[in-house]
Amino acid sequence: MTAEQQADSSGRAQRAWLPYLGLWLLPLGFLTLFYFYPLANILAASFGRSQAGALAPFQEIFSSPYLLKVIWFTFWQALLSTLLTLLIGLPGAYLLARFDFPGKSLLKALTSIPFILPTLVVAAAFNALLGPQGWLNAGLMTAFNLAGPPIQLTNTLGAILLAHVFYNTTIVLRMVGDFWSHIDPRLAQAAEVLGATPGQALRRVTLPLLAPTIAAAALLIFIFDFTSFGVILILGGPRYATIEVEIYNQTIGFFNLPLAAALAVIQLACTLALTILYSRQSERLSRPLSLRPQSYTMRKLHTCHERLFAAVMVTILLVLMIAPLAALAIRSVTPVGSIARVPPGQPADSTGGGTQDGGSRSNFTLAYYRELGANRRQSIFYVPPTTAIAISLAYAAMTVLISLFLGLPAAWALAHSQSSWLSRTMDPVIMLPLGTSAVTLGLGFIMALSRPPIDLRASPWLVPLAHTLVAFPFVVRSMAPALRSIRPRLRHAAAVLGASPGDVARRIDLPMAGRALLVAAAFAFTISLGEFGATALLARPEYPTVPVVIYRLLSQPGAMNYGQALALSTILMVVAGLGMLLIERVRFAEVGEF
Amino acid sequence: MKKQNSYNAQIPAIQRMIGLLVLYTIILSACAARPATPAAVEEPRRLTVMTHDSFAVSDSVIEQFEQANNVNVSFLLSGDTGTALNKAILAKNAPLADVFYGVDNTFLSRALNEGIFETYNSPVLGDIPPEFQLDPQNRALPVDYGDVCLNYDSAYFQEKSLQPPATLDDLLKPEYRSLLVVQNPVTSSPGLAFLLATIGHFGVDGYLDFWRGLAANDVKAVNDWNTAYYTEFTRAGGTRPIVVSYNSSPVFELIYAEPQEGLPAPSQPPTAAVVNDETCFRQVEFVGILKGTENLDLAEKWIDFMLSPAFQEDMPLQMFVFPVNSQARLQQTFVEHLQVPANPVSLSPDEIADGRETWLQAWTEAVLR
Repeated sequence: MTAEQQADSSGRAQRAWLPYLGLWLLPLGFLTLFYFYPLANILAASFGRSQAGALAPFQEIFSSPYLLKVIWFTFWQALLSTLLTLLIGLPGAYLLARFDFPGKSLLKALTSIPFILPTLVVAAAFNALLGPQGWLNAGLMTAFNLAGPPIQLTNTLGAILLAHVFYNTTIVLRMVGDFWSHIDPRLAQAAEVLGATPGQALRRVTLPLLAPTIAAAALLIFIFDFTSFGVILILGGPRYATIEVEIYNQTIGFFNLPLAAALAVIQLACTLALTILYSRQSERLSRPLSLRPQSYTMRKLHTCHERLFAAVMVTILLVLMIAPLAALAIRSVTPVGSIARVPPGQPADSTGGGTQDGGSRSNFTLAYYRELGANRRQSIFYVPPTTAIAISLAYAAMTVLISLFLGLPAAWALAHSQSSWLSRTMDPVIMLPLGTSAVTLGLGFIMALSRPPIDLRASPWLVPLAHTLVAFPFVVRSMAPALRSIRPRLRHAAAVLGASPGDVARRIDLPMAGRALLVAAAFAFTISLGEFGATALLARPEYPTVPVVIYRLLSQPGAMNYGQALALSTILMVVAGLGMLLIERVRFAEVGEF
Repeated sequence: MKKQNSYNAQIPAIQRMIGLLVLYTIILSACAARPATPAAVEEPRRLTVMTHDSFAVSDSVIEQFEQANNVNVSFLLSGDTGTALNKAILAKNAPLADVFYGVDNTFLSRALNEGIFETYNSPVLGDIPPEFQLDPQNRALPVDYGDVCLNYDSAYFQEKSLQPPATLDDLLKPEYRSLLVVQNPVTSSPGLAFLLATIGHFGVDGYLDFWRGLAANDVKAVNDWNTAYYTEFTRAGGTRPIVVSYNSSPVFELIYAEPQEGLPAPSQPPTAAVVNDETCFRQVEFVGILKGTENLDLAEKWIDFMLSPAFQEDMPLQMFVFPVNSQARLQQTFVEHLQVPANPVSLSPDEIADGRETWLQAWTEAVLR
């Protein structure tokens, strides 16, 4: 900790938290109304149903070897997934932070698409790529003349890890990559001039500077993996269960609400403990920095090594994150009947396309896209794809506005009164919604917010409010490190020169944190666009979002329905990609150069 | 110097915070305000129907009801069957809706034991065969049914010159090794229905041996219908030509077949269901009036309407389920292609409620561990 920072914080210590209380009022009010109130409601109702008292379900958990195994599995799969995600994400973040190369913004936009996809769509994408008749298996079977598909995806731990990496790598790329791109490269260069090897410079200079952002990203990823539901259920299969899956089973399958509530409390306690640990650490880790504009830190790929690194890294990202998307898009224009069907025990080349008429069919169709526009069943809940997209975009825009509106003051308060008791308390609290069981909170939302005093039943606000609960921690987490790293001296200097606090915010903080603001907006946008679980429970059926329509189509038999689901998923990917490109282009007046 | 400076800066900072807060509040309240609607002479009343997310109905059918009764019907889709029912139960003291539709016979006891429904002796019940009327007190009234049966990929069995399985016991034969995919009964509704079919057929003493035999014959279990039908089943490119689905799935494969350019529309479904005696489990869905409704008269009318042919005939294409009202007529496609089991397995809702937890745990032990 530098001398100036110390002077700064001790000077403020006694009264400094007071104005920040004002900043917290709004976010705290929001959390109280839309998080604590519904959660308390459902937990009270659930434990109230336990005949042996509220402690009995906890005793049941700790004496059940099966449930203890579930808790243990939840931990280590989340840890493993997080480490793997960092392993892929950090070199990727370095590439995006330090180098300028053709197609970079496209790559950035494409790699953020997986984050928005509903699990069912991801499962369909993996199936198209790695499923029994996916590209990879079909290729391997033809190449080695195998009898059956060599790669088994569903019901494996590998599928779970792969899906988690697929989903969350973009968090590292965006949070760490953007912060990295503003760190002055001269710091590491100076170390190298003084005799450090590039490895030493990375370890001793760059990584310590990045540590707070890496920790923030890792925490978010861990919590996402820790509370994973759809991926475990669909790709992991019946042999794997996380705490969240078990909560679902206990709630729906066994109707054991007290046990489900106890599991939800344990899940929440784990998240809370972890977040407290994180905020203690991040306080120690964070250092004020001179952030630099990207134009200053970025360079072209010069040496052979750099080009090779870029080529390898881009390939890894393409294979891991883009190939499943491409496979999905191609499936959406391929008639189901023309997919080669190879029965087990029969070599791939002897089937001649699997069906009698396989050869005579065209391999390309737009029928699924055309069919999306037709309301053949005259259903009251039918909406054309353009309307679903408009609804999704409207909800996403509302989520961006609400979450920035609530997240900015919170991030500001966190960044500028880091050591006050208020920040220490609030820091972990804002992460709680992410660690809360969606199954539990979903029930609570409906119970608490559907009757007086707050009757939001059928209100269009319910969906963006629920999305904001998820987006809010992301907004705060992406903004706080950037705001925090701005040297207090700069702000003091401005104040000395006569700038009002508003001027300081506008002229110093906003330009320097502008990129982080865009990252935050992008997170809120993508989270809202892809959210399915809460939306399915809260959206009015007449106004479904794109993921809700996809889900409806996927739960019906018939090639036409499956094809339409894939077509709409492809449209969702395109809309998300375009949205990300657009957000990348946004420049505030003074933020542009950063 | 420094101290003084930050002290001075503090006062406007607080003022600014307050100013910002006021601004926030104004924006928020502006957002929350709703335009007042002028009171119409005959304001239509509102009826809320709580149901699961597979619910669908034709525009024209709803309009019929709304116009006849000067009412606006709004639907509260609340997740899958189990989730929706849990919500209705948790909110039973202050119901979220007037009517709940969609509890099936596997969940019926849960709903009845929790006492969420009012008794209603609808006059339309006379047109509904007694075998569907599982609640003698008419708190839950039957609306539709569907059978969970084995489906198979016809082309696969034709190519292999293999007979499709005719009974559940057949599935244990070596020629059907590695051909079947089922759903986990804990997480999936058709999965549970198929487990109940095996319990009804083999009895509570025999079903576990059957499942151990299936496990030895390499049955694949996945968590949801989607993965089973669209990933593992050979129709969509998987490796398993037999899947647990509905008796109606083959007909919908025909109705929702992809158009093939230059070729006439297919006349036969690409898949078929096994509907022999005691191979299927019949799911019946019920509707009930939620206790505490303030629109009892409308709720009763709505139930009469759901049981009437106008609504019943609309269901098959909307929700893939079939009318219980014997006066309702089926479309020609269904008459031609729908395979209806003559003797599906039946278990009473009470038997299911009593055995459910034990069976699910025993199944998990036998098949997954």
